[in-house]
Amino acid sequence: METFFEWFRVLYDDTGINLPFLYDSYDRGRMFDGFLMTIKLSLVCLFFSVIIGIIGAWLQGSSLKWTRRIINGYIQIFRNTPPLVQLYFFYFAIGSLLPKVQNDWGGQEPLLGSFAWAAISLSFFAGAFNVEIFRSGLEAVPESTVEAAEALGFNRLQVYTDITLPLAFRVCLPALNNNLVNLVKTTTLAYAIAVPEMLYEANQIWSDNVNVTEMMLFLLVAYFLLVGVLVWVMNSWERSMKIPGYGS
Amino acid sequence: MKHTSAQSILPVLLQGKGKALNGFDFSPKLWHGVILLAVCLLTSTISFAQSAPAKISVIDALFRWMPLLLQGFVFNLVISVFAMAIGTASGAALGLGQISPNVAIRKVCWFVTQFFRNSPWLVLLFFAMFLLPFEFSVFGLKIPLPDWLKATVGLSLPVMANVSEIVRGAVNSLPSGQWEAAESLAFSRRQTLWEIILPQCVKRMLPPWMNLYAILTMATVLASIVGVSEVMTLTGQALAAEGGRTDLLAPFYSFVLLIFFIYCYPIARWTVYLEQKFAVKG
Repeated sequence: METFFEWFRVLYDDTGINLPFLYDSYDRGRMFDGFLMTIKLSLVCLFFSVIIGIIGAWLQGSSLKWTRRIINGYIQIFRNTPPLVQLYFFYFAIGSLLPKVQNDWGGQEPLLGSFAWAAISLSFFAGAFNVEIFRSGLEAVPESTVEAAEALGFNRLQVYTDITLPLAFRVCLPALNNNLVNLVKTTTLAYAIAVPEMLYEANQIWSDNVNVTEMMLFLLVAYFLLVGVLVWVMNSWERSMKIPGYGS
Repeated sequence: MKHTSAQSILPVLLQGKGKALNGFDFSPKLWHGVILLAVCLLTSTISFAQSAPAKISVIDALFRWMPLLLQGFVFNLVISVFAMAIGTASGAALGLGQISPNVAIRKVCWFVTQFFRNSPWLVLLFFAMFLLPFEFSVFGLKIPLPDWLKATVGLSLPVMANVSEIVRGAVNSLPSGQWEAAESLAFSRRQTLWEIILPQCVKRMLPPWMNLYAILTMATVLASIVGVSEVMTLTGQALAAEGGRTDLLAPFYSFVLLIFFIYCYPIARWTVYLEQKFAVKG
């Protein structure tokens, strides 16, 4: 393995193609941490945004006027404002209003760190789109199915979790897929509030080694592969959830 | 026919039809913006109550910096319009390449589209900022390339890929009978594309295209990360100039949220309206 990494040092000496995140063990560690951080942030946001989408879509069908209004207000605000401004708003504005806590060394630190705020803000951002996506799926379920379930004594929550949501899920998976891919790409914004994810670490490395071109190309390829894996997983999931005889 | 037979086999699902639950129809209302305004004002007053009497009030500070911030916002709009123009022109060409009869052109255009569509906007922006020269010379004439222009190019790359997909999707959504009918009337491929297919596609492409424009407008703030002095950078500078007062953070950032909302919201509503108007009946 070490000879494989050393080969890149030779490559640098011979051709000038500088890939320090392969031959330098320190940079390799940084890049790997950044990669893990991107995956961690993506998974946390994917999870919470889908949860927000499911709950939001249920509340949107509520019979209470104000519940629906609040959900719609949330969707419109998060869809029509830039995610970066949302991130800054959460991190700087709301973060500064929260109380500070004492850490292990007796110093003051904010209640929530940059990773937590990035996770919260991006989950809400993607969640707003997910609510809309789930709603469009729910609309595809005919009223008669809901009525049949009600006739069998299901209550509203049971109808949602057992009848309409599983059906809606299959209809809206392509759109959900698209939004989740966007979410993974949006995690790069966490760079702006110093979450040490892949773009941030790449920036550190190119600041030290002045190899912007190589790092940029590596980043593009890395995200391309990351998104490729996600799309592959989602597509195979979509296939396995397919209703026989429905759709092409 | 296929659709109806699928329905008779499986009556549990209808595609894009059926009424919403409880007959509730989602339609965005203007008061959603009022909430944002309320947040802006509320945070201003809360902060005002917290701040010491010696300093100027939060609302005064906001009013003092508002012209500068709005100028920055106009700059954002300029970037978005340029990026959209470049992206649409190149994306349309790329999209037509994706439906070319030539396999090589089709493959290359598909790959380029997928590559730029699946890369984060911010990474592409960094890409353009660092890899484009700050000036280039044509026949000894030096043409400077300011950073905002580089940011515009960087933002137009993902727009290009998305427009390419919109064009391809719209062309593919037309029934193949259109192509066959044109062929039987002895139209050449180019004539079919320009005189029959594309005019019908414009209607279908408009809503997603406008959606993309709204997304692009919101993405222009990314340029602040790479040092273009647009509204986000100016907000940061204004806050620094006020001496880093923490009570100003919430009102200033919610003000930025508000101006973007005011701009993007009508576009979103109009898109919904057009989508309903152009919806294919079936």
